[in-house]
Amino acid sequence: MMRINADTGLCVGSGQCVLTEPAVFDQADDGIVALLTDHPDDQSAAQARHAVTLCPSRALSILQE
Amino acid sequence: MTKSVAGELASLELPVERGCPFAPPAAYERLREQAPISKVRLTSGGKAWWVSGHDEARTVLADGRFSSDKRKDGFPLFTLDAATLQQLRSQPPLMLGMDGAEHSAARRPVIGEFTVKRLAALRPRIQDIVDHFIDDMLAADQRPVDLVQALSLPVPSLVICELLGVPYPDHDFFQSRTTMMVRRTSLEDRRRAFADLRAYIDDLVTRKESEPGDDLFGRQIARQRQQGTLDHAGLVSLAFLLLTAGHETTANMISLGVVGLLSHPEQLALVKADPGKTPMAVEELLRYFTIADGVTSRLATEDVEIGGVSIKAGEGVIVSGLSANWDPAAFKDPAELDVERGARHHLAFGFGPHQCLGQNLARLELQIVFDTLFRRIPTLHLAAPAEDLPFKTDAVIYGVHELPVTW
Repeated sequence: MMRINADTGLCVGSGQCVLTEPAVFDQADDGIVALLTDHPDDQSAAQARHAVTLCPSRALSILQE
Repeated sequence: MTKSVAGELASLELPVERGCPFAPPAAYERLREQAPISKVRLTSGGKAWWVSGHDEARTVLADGRFSSDKRKDGFPLFTLDAATLQQLRSQPPLMLGMDGAEHSAARRPVIGEFTVKRLAALRPRIQDIVDHFIDDMLAADQRPVDLVQALSLPVPSLVICELLGVPYPDHDFFQSRTTMMVRRTSLEDRRRAFADLRAYIDDLVTRKESEPGDDLFGRQIARQRQQGTLDHAGLVSLAFLLLTAGHETTANMISLGVVGLLSHPEQLALVKADPGKTPMAVEELLRYFTIADGVTSRLATEDVEIGGVSIKAGEGVIVSGLSANWDPAAFKDPAELDVERGARHHLAFGFGPHQCLGQNLARLELQIVFDTLFRRIPTLHLAAPAEDLPFKTDAVIYGVHELPVTW
C-alpha cells in the first residue's frame, strides 16, 4: 500500500497538494501541509501521486508503493 | 541542425520579442530542440545558461544550489541595467530575491493568508466584485468596451486592496506605476515609477503601523508586535511585492484568457457547456500564455551537473517558463489550446520554493471571471481581429494594452 511522507520543514505552503487531492492533504492554519492520512486508498492513490509531482518544494515523497 | 540555423542561434540575443502573439518566439523552439540547456548571449551583454526543457527547468528551480539574489555579481539580468541594479542594491530585498533560511523566514509568516481554505472563503466576495464590474459594463452607453479598463484591471485591484488593506481609491496611482515598472522601455520612467511606488508603500505601512486594522498587513503588524520583531523595512518589501504582483499579472491573464477563448470558439463552447471544466481551462490558458517568462533567473552558487550539462559556480541561469510550457515532451502538441488537457504541471507560476505565493488567489479570480463573464454576456466577442490587438511585446509581463469587446 502506498505510503506518503510530508516534510513540513521543506513545505512552502503553495497548496498544490490540497487542490489536487483534498482527501489526503490539508493545510494547517499557518499554511503548512498536514496529512489527513499517510496511506491513500486506491481511490486517492493516483491523485496523491500527482500531488507529489506538483509539490514545488519537493516536500512530499512516496515512501513505498 | 543545418549550419545556417546554428549560425542564427549563435548570433541570437535573448530574450527576443514574440512574433506570433499566441506563441513563444520561434527561436525558443529551435533552441530547445538544439539542447534543453544551452549557453546564450543576453541583450544586456554577457552569457548565461538558457533552460528551455520542462524537466530541466523544474530541476533547476527546485535546487537550492541556485541563488535568486539579483544583487549578486554574475546574476543574469536582461531587464535591468547597472543604474537600476544600484537602486536594487540600495533597497531591502524582496522575498523573491532571498535564498534558503532567509527566504523561509520571510515567506512562512504570510503563507497562512493564502491557504486554499482561506481563499475559498473569499469566493462570495470576489463573485460580488466581478458582478459589480460586469453590471457597469452592461450599463455602459457605448460599445465596444475596453475590457482591460472595465474588468481585467479593476477586479484584481479591488481584490488585492481588500485583502491587503490598501485604500482602493489609490488604485489608479499604483496601477499606473506598476504598469510603467514592467515595461522594457524608458529607464527614467521605470525608475521614477519605482521610487513613487516605494514612497507610497512606505507611507502606507507607516499609517498601518499606527492603525493596523483586520487585513493582511494589519495582521502581520500585530503578529510582529507580539513577537517584538516589528520590521518596517521588511513590511515595506512585503507590501511592495504583494501589491505589485497582485494585480498586473492577474489582469493580464484575465485579458489574454478572454482573447484565447474568444479566438478558439470550439474551446470556449466546451467551457460554456460545463463550468466544471473552467479550472482546467484556466491551467491551460496559464500554460499557453506564460505571461511572466524569464522572471525565474538564478545564479549557480556551486558547480552543478544537470542533464549532462556542467554549470559552474558563478554562472547565470535563465529558466524560460514559456519555453518549458511549450516543451512537447511535457505537453503534447503544445501549440494547441486544449482546455481539457489537464496542464497543472505547467510552470506559469514558477516552481521550487519561490513558486508564486498568490497562485491560488489568481486561479480563483480567473475561474470566477471567466465563468461569470461568459454566462452573463454569452454573445461577447472581440471588436477587433485578435492579431491586431496591442499586445505587450514591450513588457516583462505579457498581456494586451487594450481589449475592445462587444456583444
